[in-house]
Amino acid sequence: MKKFAVVAAMATALLGTTSAMAVDLEVTHWWTSAGEAAAVAEFAKIFEAETGNHWVDSALAGSGTGANPVIISRIIGGNPMGATMMNTGRDAEELIQAGLMRDLTDIVADMDIESFYVDPTQLEPCKYEGGLYCLPVNIHSWDWLWLSTAAYKKIGQPVPTNWDEYVASWPALQEAGILPFGLASGWPINGVPGVLMAGIGGSDLVLRINRDKDPEAVRGPEFRKVAEAMDSLRKVTSPETMVPSFGDVGNQILKGEAAGNIHGDWLAGDLQIAGGVPGVDYECLPGLGVGTQLTGGGDSFYFPVLPEGTDPAVLEAQAQLARLLISPEAQLKFNMVKGSMPIRTDIDLSGANACMKKAIALLDNGLLPSGDFSLSSDTQQQLQDLDLEFFADESVTVDDYIERRAEIIAQAD
Amino acid sequence: MADIAVKSGEEARDVARPGLLQKTFLKNLPAKIAALPMMATVLVVFVGCTIWTIYYSFTNSKLLPTGKFVGFEQYERLFAANRWNISVTNLLTYGAMSLVLTLGLGFLLAVLMDQKIRFESAFRTIMLYPFALSFIVTGLVWQWIMNPTLGLQGAIRNLGWEGFTFDWISNPRMVLFALLIAGLWQGVGFCMVLMLAGLRGVDEEIWKAARVDGIPTWRTYISIVLPMMRGVLVTAVVLIGSGIVRLYDLVVALTNGGPGISSEVPAKYVVNYMFSGGNIGQAMAAATMMLVTVLIIMVPWAYLEFGGKGKRA
Repeated sequence: MKKFAVVAAMATALLGTTSAMAVDLEVTHWWTSAGEAAAVAEFAKIFEAETGNHWVDSALAGSGTGANPVIISRIIGGNPMGATMMNTGRDAEELIQAGLMRDLTDIVADMDIESFYVDPTQLEPCKYEGGLYCLPVNIHSWDWLWLSTAAYKKIGQPVPTNWDEYVASWPALQEAGILPFGLASGWPINGVPGVLMAGIGGSDLVLRINRDKDPEAVRGPEFRKVAEAMDSLRKVTSPETMVPSFGDVGNQILKGEAAGNIHGDWLAGDLQIAGGVPGVDYECLPGLGVGTQLTGGGDSFYFPVLPEGTDPAVLEAQAQLARLLISPEAQLKFNMVKGSMPIRTDIDLSGANACMKKAIALLDNGLLPSGDFSLSSDTQQQLQDLDLEFFADESVTVDDYIERRAEIIAQAD
Repeated sequence: MADIAVKSGEEARDVARPGLLQKTFLKNLPAKIAALPMMATVLVVFVGCTIWTIYYSFTNSKLLPTGKFVGFEQYERLFAANRWNISVTNLLTYGAMSLVLTLGLGFLLAVLMDQKIRFESAFRTIMLYPFALSFIVTGLVWQWIMNPTLGLQGAIRNLGWEGFTFDWISNPRMVLFALLIAGLWQGVGFCMVLMLAGLRGVDEEIWKAARVDGIPTWRTYISIVLPMMRGVLVTAVVLIGSGIVRLYDLVVALTNGGPGISSEVPAKYVVNYMFSGGNIGQAMAAATMMLVTVLIIMVPWAYLEFGGKGKRA
């Protein structure tokens, strides 16, 4: 009898402590480069400090092509994480429809999120049948041309202020043994066609192709200019000069080994960590210096529905994290480090660097929906296959490319 | 009394003419019970999943298997896709070269090993070591070796031979050979060990007889020993062949399908469209085509191997 009492007392004590103790919340994401890792650490710090819970960081390598499938199969396979980051867009569409994501409507009900989101279209992909299933945490955009001041100093030319000047400077760069366009192998090339389309082709072209899925727009003269720009780009890149990751391209730009690169704003985080100062060591041209709108993609956080019988404290931690991610404090700290734009309009961005300020100015023109928003991942995969082939194989002519792209767009969903 | 007599009579009849059902299920019962888990695995995992795969290749399922029946639509798209056609051509080219070279080199090495050399087991271990590495490691190792700026080419150029070129991995026309080098490096040792076991299984008396008849050694190997190693050869072909069809990890680690899409393979198409493309229908159509290809090769072979036995005997 005595023994039983002791055991029971211990059991209650244990139970008591576990419920009072902090819970672990596993968060998956693919923020793995130096700048990105520093940014996500800001979220973790705030989460642990404010709630006392423990952020279990599961960073996955391989970005949208490598990490995304892992995340999706874990959720489908019944082993969901506490929270996960994914690109804002249609990747998670079917997961939401299948009821695998937690509805956040009630959690953020009192925050009046509609009022402070920079662009309400950001929330569109998160909504399904009256529910809210994800929270965009930043706006980032592919539409940046990064230029090396060191490289242009070497050839004695001013740093270009738009795409055309940049293209005109290539012969001089090549003569001086500088790579006109630095490129990392693998996925970084996937974003380039979209950037060229938005910058050179203009906003109307992007909307006609991505939103209206009009194959005639692909066959038109505006898109031909885009295809020709890609043609000239593939002539100055080769698999031999590619570096392993986009962070390495950042280093090439800072050292002046490569003159330019088209890459998303997350490169800014890496440039800063490597000691680069915008305007001094590198220049940035949002929209290639010609576009007036940025394509707004971004990262969103999703909170998978956890299995029956999960500790209510974990569910509470999910809710706490959801509210924290879009709080002004977390938004400011995270985005300053990452180099992306916050989703809130009501925070003080005077600490932003020169590049971010340029982007904030462009935000007033509204955002262009990125390919992630309007094209299914199936269509994106097909376009990616085509772009990769076109970039590597010079025997695919511009005409072939346009025709094949038009066919994919005609069948797009 | 009468009842018992009738019963025993029935029993006697049953024992004398056991039904087909009894013969199938009751004969050697413990062995059959022991085989049940394996049979369940075969039925559920292999046959079941194959049927599942084929069924969903006729639907328009996207991320989740929920699509409607659409007939041959996925197959039409598959055969129109440039990437798929390149993948198939690549696999056929790689497969033919890999099969011939692995068998050829494996046999040659085995014959060399068979010459009663010193430190044979040391050599055998060295040759077999690459097989202990996964394709991912093999791919990464060779990716570094063949990287034009950091690998062999860079090293030799730094030594002073400026004109030296070894850029297969970044050359769309040569990249399949780069894959082949890595694949052979990994696979030949294993083939050699199989062949060596086959060679050792040949009776010493046959060698003596051949020597008495004055047949040259190379001729003995080709015309007498090799035909006697039929079983080992079949095993080797099946193992190498299955390795070729599912070729995926080596490509991912070594080239990731590049440059461009010049080293894509069918298995990678399936995985890409299933996961990052979120298109189960398309991926299953591609997987079904892989299965059909294997069947086209396997069925005639199996027919010759097992169906023709009666005639030969």
